[in-house]
Amino acid sequence: MKKFTKLSFAMLFFLGAFMLNVSAADWSAIVKKLSDAQLTAMSNQKPLPYAYNALEPYIDARTMEIHYSKHHATYTSNMNKAAKGQAFESLSLLRIFVEVDKYPVAVRNNGGGFYNHYLFWEIMKPQGGGLPSEILQKAIQDAFGSFDAFKSEFSKAALDRFGSGWAWLSVDETGHLFVSSTPNQDNPLMPIVEKRGIPIFCLDVWEHAYYLNYQNRRADYVQNFWNLVNWQEVEKRYTEALMALGITK
Amino acid sequence: MKHELPPLPWAKNALEPYISQQTIEFHYGKHHQTYVNNLNNLIVGTPFENSSLEDIILKAEGGIFNNGAQVWNHTFYWNCLMPNGRSEPQGELAKAIQREFGSFEAFKEKFSAAAVSLFGSGWAWLVKNPDGHLEIIQESNAGNPLRKGKTPLLTCDVWEHAYYLDKQNRRADYVADFWKMINWEAVEARF
Repeated sequence: MKKFTKLSFAMLFFLGAFMLNVSAADWSAIVKKLSDAQLTAMSNQKPLPYAYNALEPYIDARTMEIHYSKHHATYTSNMNKAAKGQAFESLSLLRIFVEVDKYPVAVRNNGGGFYNHYLFWEIMKPQGGGLPSEILQKAIQDAFGSFDAFKSEFSKAALDRFGSGWAWLSVDETGHLFVSSTPNQDNPLMPIVEKRGIPIFCLDVWEHAYYLNYQNRRADYVQNFWNLVNWQEVEKRYTEALMALGITK
Repeated sequence: MKHELPPLPWAKNALEPYISQQTIEFHYGKHHQTYVNNLNNLIVGTPFENSSLEDIILKAEGGIFNNGAQVWNHTFYWNCLMPNGRSEPQGELAKAIQREFGSFEAFKEKFSAAAVSLFGSGWAWLVKNPDGHLEIIQESNAGNPLRKGKTPLLTCDVWEHAYYLDKQNRRADYVADFWKMINWEAVEARF
């Protein structure tokens, strides 16, 4: 009897440890496989993939210029400053994000500000919008029921974010898409969020992203944003996220 | 109880050139008004239907807190400002600032740093603690010092909408101009 109890305890222990291991994804190992893993806290801004005026009339040239050459540039240089000479200087930025609670708050704020804007520029393009291609459309249907349902859930996340922050579409550890929003410059890779995932699509709802053009009318900005989405880029990131997670669909 | 948007204590162009009429038109006429409207819509059928803004600040959560506190914060902010304000406080407040911060200049520097460094949206405050001591604090988003038992004396709104049309990313310039339009008489009276 005694022996049996001991044995069952041992089994329970191993079973528990096994389950814990399965449910807690190894985000450090996962993000290593993403192409953005090459970014470090010493990285520079990448040139914008289009001209400042390319997103007009939805986002005006002046907004783009200040957003890219002032806000994004300041996050980048402040991130570089916070990392220079530190042990994490050459570490992948994405790996820093997955343990960002162990780093100075300047790394979280400015590193987040650097990467979130980097992704934001990538997932927009002039004459964008329309519908995603088949693979991504099917994943969106599976997760949200329909493309319109996804659009309204994402728009709602962007509108309901009180204060400064971002709306996100991310891939969770099971390969499922989900919508979330984060305050300030946090992102879904960081352990401080409610639900973690690999972000593949985002919308900046800091007032600086739209105030010169839309002032208090964030809803108009969010609505017009759909005309700018670079769905090919989002799908590329979706496929890459599945590969990093080791999921074949 | 239906909450109302209180009138501005000065004309919409009165704070020019530091804060433009256009900024005040949006900030007061749209943002402040929207917080009032949202609050009136949200409190219907809740325990806060007949509550004062102060009660809402102390007890509410979520949307009711956010909108209620933002109504209060903005009214307070307008009343901290005036055209051709004095450059420094006088009397007991001036003495207390000197005691607490060493000098008015040191206080200004510390308050400005709090306003400039607040990450994201929010407010910088000069408050009086229950023990009488002055303190400079930062509050994110709709945060309000009453909730922590502190008495607000002066505030600077550093949501981007407070300065973006005039100063864009240059928040430090907005904060530098803030000192040229303070209604010190009102701050002294609160103290």
